[in-house]
Amino acid sequence: MKKPPRVKVPQSIGVGEVVEIKTLATHIMETGNRKDAAGNVIPRDIIHTFTATFDGQEVFSAELGPGIAANPYIAFYLKVAGPGALELVWLDDSGERTVASVPLNVV
Amino acid sequence: MADASRILVLDRRNFVAGAGAAALIGALFAAIPKAGAGERSAKFEAALAALLAGATPKDGGIEMDLPDSVENGAYVPLALSVKSPMTAANHVKAIHLLSTLNPRATVATFRFTPLSGKARITSRMRLAKTQEVVAIAELSDGTFLMGTRTVDVKIGGCGL
Repeated sequence: MKKPPRVKVPQSIGVGEVVEIKTLATHIMETGNRKDAAGNVIPRDIIHTFTATFDGQEVFSAELGPGIAANPYIAFYLKVAGPGALELVWLDDSGERTVASVPLNVV
Repeated sequence: MADASRILVLDRRNFVAGAGAAALIGALFAAIPKAGAGERSAKFEAALAALLAGATPKDGGIEMDLPDSVENGAYVPLALSVKSPMTAANHVKAIHLLSTLNPRATVATFRFTPLSGKARITSRMRLAKTQEVVAIAELSDGTFLMGTRTVDVKIGGCGL
């Protein structure tokens, strides 16, 4: 990813609270159906998988197709049982793996 | 002024013919169904059948927050949610998002766990043209819920 993804979490989280995690990745999400000026098909290049784990346990995942808009925005929820690290992973067609580790301020 | 006088000279025969033509055009427009409404591609039907694997989904239960009409199909905001206690015994396993007239029927699959706490997802999708958007929720007891929303698209999501 050209720019690091943006992740927004609440500033402070109570134990047991269900919070929304907002993520925004920078990606062209090229569908593979478009042609360039010379008539050649532009190869597909999308983020196909997004995974969120909290302390090593999977919380949420998404399998994305070309029908997801460019610069995919994904917001999901997490039940915070206690302090821990949230790890987010984006995988794209070029094999690039983008990881974001998000500290959560659990009070 | 010459034009006005020509309009006024309208004999009965011409008038009847004109009225008939107008009625015909009106009927033709009425016969064209609202573009995309209810139309579903073979790809969509195949994807839906593969997903349900013979099960019959229950209608409703999925809250689909999508605009009724969008200017630009390249960027359609959406939120999907299913009310669920999200416990190990009773939770939403996944919400599948399908399009009925995009070149690819499967848009995305969102998978939840009891750690999600809430089966709600917000994202943005592409729509090639006016069509129905279908969401299928897969529950932990093996049942399915189905929701449908029609979105009117003015300009299609380019080169889907």
